[in-house]
Amino acid sequence: MAEAQNIPAGSTTAGAIAVAAESTVATRMSAPPSFDVADFPVPHGREEEWRFTPLERLAGLHDGSAVASGDGVKIAVEAPEGVTVETVGRDDARIGRAGTPVDRVAAQAYTSFEQASVVTVPKETVLTEPIRIAVHGEGGVAFAHQVIELGAFAEAVVVIDHTGDAVLADNVDYLLGDGAKLTVVSVQDWDDKAVHVAQHNALVGRDASFKSVVVTFGGDLVRLHPRVSYAATGGEAELFGLYFTDRGQHQEHRLLVDHNNPHNKSNAVYKGALQGENAHAVWIGDVLIRVNAEGTDTYEMNRNLVLTDGARVDSVPNLEIETGEIVGAGHASATGRFDDEQLFYLMARGIPEQEARRLVVRGFFAELVQQIGLPDVEERLLSKIEEELEASVA
Amino acid sequence: MATLEIRDLHVSVEAENGAREILKGVDLTVKQGETHAIMGPNGSGKSTLAYSLAGHPKYTITSGTVTLDGEDVLEMSVDERARAGLFLAMQYPVEVPGVSVSNFLRTSATAIRGEAPKLRTWVKEVRETMERLHMDPAFAERNVNEGFSGGEKKRHEILQLELAKPKVAILDETDSGLDVDALRIVSEGVNRVRETGEVGTLLITHYTRILRYIKPDYVHVFVSGRIAESGGPELADKLEAEGYESYVKGGVSA
Repeated sequence: MAEAQNIPAGSTTAGAIAVAAESTVATRMSAPPSFDVADFPVPHGREEEWRFTPLERLAGLHDGSAVASGDGVKIAVEAPEGVTVETVGRDDARIGRAGTPVDRVAAQAYTSFEQASVVTVPKETVLTEPIRIAVHGEGGVAFAHQVIELGAFAEAVVVIDHTGDAVLADNVDYLLGDGAKLTVVSVQDWDDKAVHVAQHNALVGRDASFKSVVVTFGGDLVRLHPRVSYAATGGEAELFGLYFTDRGQHQEHRLLVDHNNPHNKSNAVYKGALQGENAHAVWIGDVLIRVNAEGTDTYEMNRNLVLTDGARVDSVPNLEIETGEIVGAGHASATGRFDDEQLFYLMARGIPEQEARRLVVRGFFAELVQQIGLPDVEERLLSKIEEELEASVA
Repeated sequence: MATLEIRDLHVSVEAENGAREILKGVDLTVKQGETHAIMGPNGSGKSTLAYSLAGHPKYTITSGTVTLDGEDVLEMSVDERARAGLFLAMQYPVEVPGVSVSNFLRTSATAIRGEAPKLRTWVKEVRETMERLHMDPAFAERNVNEGFSGGEKKRHEILQLELAKPKVAILDETDSGLDVDALRIVSEGVNRVRETGEVGTLLITHYTRILRYIKPDYVHVFVSGRIAESGGPELADKLEAEGYESYVKGGVSA
């Protein structure tokens, strides 16, 4: 992708590699992680973790004024045989084990949810069909908590689909036992007005593999915090993301991979296309390699394609290394734009304008889509991308 | 027989203090099978002529006509011109992120030919054309012009020319920035297209060097937005010996 010379006005692609004794990832947050919303001050918007987010569009999730209504979201789980699906109370021991809320909205979700949905795949159970979780917004405000647990050597694919209209704050915990393999596809295909703020916590067991595919198309404001940490060694995490940010939308993905144990791998690739006035995408990629995490192998990348004027990207990779005894660590971020000269070049080769635009966007996403490894999901993504493009041309 | 006719073409660009006229009445007829060299000093408007014919939005046609086989080229969009048989090999080909050369070539060929080329013959056609241009097959998997060297960009342009089989090929300073080997390879590609006898070639250049490889039928000296003199190949020899000085006296060159 064309890099430096192609960065559109109004985008930033700052990056940093810090070698620090004390974690700046932790210290940049305005409060330490906590399950209690009272431990977080109400953000004013200048905090590091809030500075890109338009607080006034959070529908009160950040200041306590959002109150759950009966018609929040409906969650329906469709699971193959052998999977346990439960609705449990707040005191269930499995809740909160994968991670702790890191900001006020996640803590608010944790403090406010009444029942959690727990999906368990018993040890050594290998599913051939995906577990499908439909989260449908009914127009109200909701706080939710979901737990997906795989026992040792279990294998599962989970597709979580977010549709409809809602103001939703939730936490999703992924617990992977030793040698387990979990692929989670979280699709944010909300209606135009939806507000969705979520923290995803994955705790990757010994020799376990976690693959997260985050796909964000819809909503007025979507702010997700996919986070990974490791329970032992030999684990692997792949974090793939794809977003298509349209006019007026704010889509923010804030990743953190915490290499808190030795000999684990991580790879993050997020790609986004933007079009239209005030389309705003934010990508924060924090990778922390702690002092004990020798043998770590990590890479993270964010690519953005700006299709029209008036869109804005903020992309901030941040790699923090506390030990030199690692296999590899790297990051990359670039924002390119589809400009009049590219359009002229393609058209001068006989390719009509719409086709030219489609060619560029499809090409941009193709490699990433192929890495998902689930044909029906890939198919759906490609047709969704087409749809977004049609809408842009119209 | 395909004919490109340019009549009294005037073209302006938007400048800081209003529109600035760059082409000031160009007359030229290029017929199938003919090769016309347009030579001129920097700033004479040669590239403006090339880009105006291709339909670049930066240039405004203020008067004159351009027809291809009687069809009004100026009424066509950029892609329509290409499909009608105009090809512009660019001096500064543009990088297109995320689009592989192979995907790009096939999409272009599908648009120009009106149907997707049959995969088996297409793969062979592309491979053989690339071989003749001394291009590594791995090239096809790279993104269009991304990270290409100057020579690779020009070979890629000529590869497209050979695959497009246009009625009229406009080569805008295809020779600039090429070393002798690359110039020879690129020229051979152009000559293969010329030898079909089916293309009219408009070769725009600043130097006479490329004319050792691509022999023009006509040479036009382009100065201050119009053709100052036309002649046969011998005119190039005169330019080689004397330069453009006698044409630009009085400081008319921008």
